[in-house]
Amino acid sequence: MNLGKIVGVNGNLLTVEFEKPVIQNEVGFARLGEVTLKAEVIRIRNRHAELQVFEDTTGLKVGDQVEFTGALLSVELGPGLLTQVFDGLQNPLPALAEECGFFLQRGKYLKPLPRDAKWVFTPLVKEGDTVAAGDAVGQVPEGIFDHKIMVPFRLHGRLTVKFVAGAGEFTVEDTVAVVIDDKGREHEVKLMQVWPVKIPIKCYAERLRPTEPLATSQRIVDTFFPVARGGTYCIPGPFGAGKTVLQQITSRHADVDIVVIAACGERAGEVVETLREFPELTDPKTGKSLMERTLIICNTSSMPVAAREASVYTAVTISEYYRQMGLDVLLLADSTSRWAQALREMSGRLEEIPGEEAFPAYLESVIAAFYERGGVVRLHNGETGSVTIGGTVSPAGGNFEEPVTQGTLKVVGAFHGLSRARSDARRYPAIDPLESWSKYKSVVDEEELVQARRFLREGSEVGQMMKVVGEEGTSIEDFMVYLKGEYIDSVYLQQNAFNDVDAATPVVRQKHVFGFIARLLKTTLKFEDKDAARGFFHKLTQATRDWNQHEFESDEFKKQEEQLDRQIAEVTDYA
Amino acid sequence: MHKVYHRIEQIAGNVIVVSAEAIIYGELAQVESGFGTSLAQVIRLEGTRVYLQVFAGGRGVATDSKVRFLGRTMQIPFSDNLMGRVFTGSGVPRDKGPEITENQIPIGGPSVNPAKRIIPRNMVRTGIPMIDVFNTLVESQKLPIFSVAGEPYNELLARIALQAEVDVIVLGGMGLKHDDYLFFRDYLEENGALSRSVLYVHTASDPTVECMLVPDIALATAEQFALQNKRVLVLLTDMTNFADAMKEVAITMEQIPSNRGYPGDLYSQLAARYEKAVDFEGSGSITILAVTTMPGDDVTHPVPDNTGYITEGQFYLKNGRIEPFGSLSRLKQQVNGKTRDDHRTIMDTMIQLYSSYKETLEKQSMGFRMSGWDTKLLKYGERFEKEMMALSVNIPLEAALDLGWQILADCFEPQETGISSKLTEQFWPSKA
Repeated sequence: MNLGKIVGVNGNLLTVEFEKPVIQNEVGFARLGEVTLKAEVIRIRNRHAELQVFEDTTGLKVGDQVEFTGALLSVELGPGLLTQVFDGLQNPLPALAEECGFFLQRGKYLKPLPRDAKWVFTPLVKEGDTVAAGDAVGQVPEGIFDHKIMVPFRLHGRLTVKFVAGAGEFTVEDTVAVVIDDKGREHEVKLMQVWPVKIPIKCYAERLRPTEPLATSQRIVDTFFPVARGGTYCIPGPFGAGKTVLQQITSRHADVDIVVIAACGERAGEVVETLREFPELTDPKTGKSLMERTLIICNTSSMPVAAREASVYTAVTISEYYRQMGLDVLLLADSTSRWAQALREMSGRLEEIPGEEAFPAYLESVIAAFYERGGVVRLHNGETGSVTIGGTVSPAGGNFEEPVTQGTLKVVGAFHGLSRARSDARRYPAIDPLESWSKYKSVVDEEELVQARRFLREGSEVGQMMKVVGEEGTSIEDFMVYLKGEYIDSVYLQQNAFNDVDAATPVVRQKHVFGFIARLLKTTLKFEDKDAARGFFHKLTQATRDWNQHEFESDEFKKQEEQLDRQIAEVTDYA
Repeated sequence: MHKVYHRIEQIAGNVIVVSAEAIIYGELAQVESGFGTSLAQVIRLEGTRVYLQVFAGGRGVATDSKVRFLGRTMQIPFSDNLMGRVFTGSGVPRDKGPEITENQIPIGGPSVNPAKRIIPRNMVRTGIPMIDVFNTLVESQKLPIFSVAGEPYNELLARIALQAEVDVIVLGGMGLKHDDYLFFRDYLEENGALSRSVLYVHTASDPTVECMLVPDIALATAEQFALQNKRVLVLLTDMTNFADAMKEVAITMEQIPSNRGYPGDLYSQLAARYEKAVDFEGSGSITILAVTTMPGDDVTHPVPDNTGYITEGQFYLKNGRIEPFGSLSRLKQQVNGKTRDDHRTIMDTMIQLYSSYKETLEKQSMGFRMSGWDTKLLKYGERFEKEMMALSVNIPLEAALDLGWQILADCFEPQETGISSKLTEQFWPSKA
């Protein structure tokens, strides 16, 4: 056993003197009487290793022992992950609550995957087959999915199946296959395997370019600032602008197989809402409870800071694991700023030379490395799987010119900037249509989109100008641009999350409605004066909003559309 | 039996360093100097060097002052005898009552397991229409009052404390002016609420370190009461002083500051306190109302900014009124659908009309002609401010809703308000 001795304690940073070799980022346990506190080596200097402890360190003293495990910080991967609620170190929180009651007890670590659960295994290979790391040797049903049991990711080269179990029931620790590598060594394949969180799982044939849109049912996202399967995006915004609400809506409606929610350093109450409501909600795609496709990693703001840093890695590792089965996974991290702050706290304790706003100098590369773990990949068997990453950013003072936002913008494919002005005006989702951008392909026609964007931009310019020169000084042509821009905003960009129908707009409907709007934008309308024009658009806006609340292709929907067409025809200038 | 050390190697600010062995992290010690005895806590171990934070400050500590380690971490007594008592930031009686030593409990305990939390569902009635009607306070909510110095935030806090239907009030005062401390004590006493209150008060002239202990002590006490199935309201004033105390200590410890001198862990530190607000399933609850003064009325200042990211909304206190714009209770949707059918409608309609009133005021100040609609709005706005927004108004929710209808009826026709006809038929007051 590799034991070390504590020589210093500073907050959650331990300095430990060691004798035998230690590994950078390996896990150690500090012994405090009966309990042991989990820690990770983050720096080694001469004979001293510095460890960040994932718990409160009160009570430790100089001379106490630390046991080094020789393993990096890892997660258990196997059937039984879905529907679970873990903390940042993959402790199952409900099980912990059963054992410890209301409070999180330090030094209490439970097995993430239940050891007694039996899974019905079906083999997919036979003895003598050649396989590689990440290939499935069999599968077990997990809720609505076939959970692939894969050759451990840590193995290399071609492997020969020496033994594979027949169909039957197994626990996660049972061996279901044995494979032999080219040096003749045997390796067991169990239902579960362990993988270090900070190392990406790369057992795929190649990484592809994310091209296929990922529908979120939010019009402003799918149409204007789309997200691609396997792409990355970020949502920065000041407090109260609706970051978390937007993430919650996305987690409900996104068209993916699995949603991993990483509640990282945010309010516990928000996680509780997901936790208590999701089991009650049905997933329109499968008809089952939404919880069946959801997994929550929850390290809220008052839980230990070092575990918060680990939580995003735990979440992304689990996402990669399911991608490896050919599934589409969406990882929602809320909020990456809290994670960056955890890095800053640790960096401060290590007395590193600080970068901007005291964030560590390596912040940007750490953020980049995290988002780069997303992506769409082609597996060895030809299937594709994807991990899409959406992270919220909470910039100090709502000012995007800060290191975390800027570091994130460099590496993501889409930027959904929330603005205080829009949320104050109750224009939800408060994504700023003029500042945000996306490099992915929209679900609607590109040309029509350019036209709509032009109206939004020019309309806002006219609006600014009108504040100075007044309505009188504005030409009727400019005024029409302004009204049309406002119209797109109020009936298409804004979406009522509390209305059952309006809350989620499927892609077909978006194409239909956007087509209608695009036609209106092209149409020249004729009015006596500005008041008449304004009155017309008020009525049209109201009627279109009603239209948004009718079930797609229902009779009311069609009737309302006809009425809208009539309204427009009445003022169309055919000349 | 406890070892005593005589050689202090370093004194910087409130932190002293002694050479000692077998000291545990977080341990308490007594430091005796010519000016009295103070508690101190171990905040860093470095080989045999032990860094202690002296609660009463480093002033007067001599290099040969006696340091006696107590072999235990920070604890405070907890019993029902706390009710009606006033203590300092380190838990010493500030009133003339006896010292309480029974049933010691640790402070700054672990976080509540999120899996054990429940969705909040009970409204806390305050009798203030701007809160009850427009931004309902919910049991187990954490809400700060953002305000500039000079606003009557302590008066507001005291009034809410008195009127809220809770079992126990715990007040944590940080950097309070002595007058304010006396105001709280006398106000609670005069109104007969002192017997269900516990006060932990750090005044502006007390040592800085004690300021940092106040929230932890207050919340540890609150947690114990809540676990005894009591509904507890914790009042913290002023959290900006708490943050400033942290800043002071962090700078003395030569920590690298992050933003305007505040330590990098400001968010985590504030969150650890605010997240103590909880509704225990099958037991009591903790609701936190805190005052955060905004230096220079700047909401992007690190303290209000970080607070806003943590708390479930905020009340803006400005010009002696709770501003309807900017104020927000994130949990109001959980309860305001269950109070009365017209609650949400009154809430939305009155604010929209008030917002139109503000626009009209702007137009008026720019010298534009007032239309008939503008005149109606002006009349409405004035009545709204006088009868609803004024802090002196003290009526139950139902009466406030009725008053809302009355003001609307006095100023507008039903269809001008945009309220659905179903509701106006039911609630619109008939012209007398």
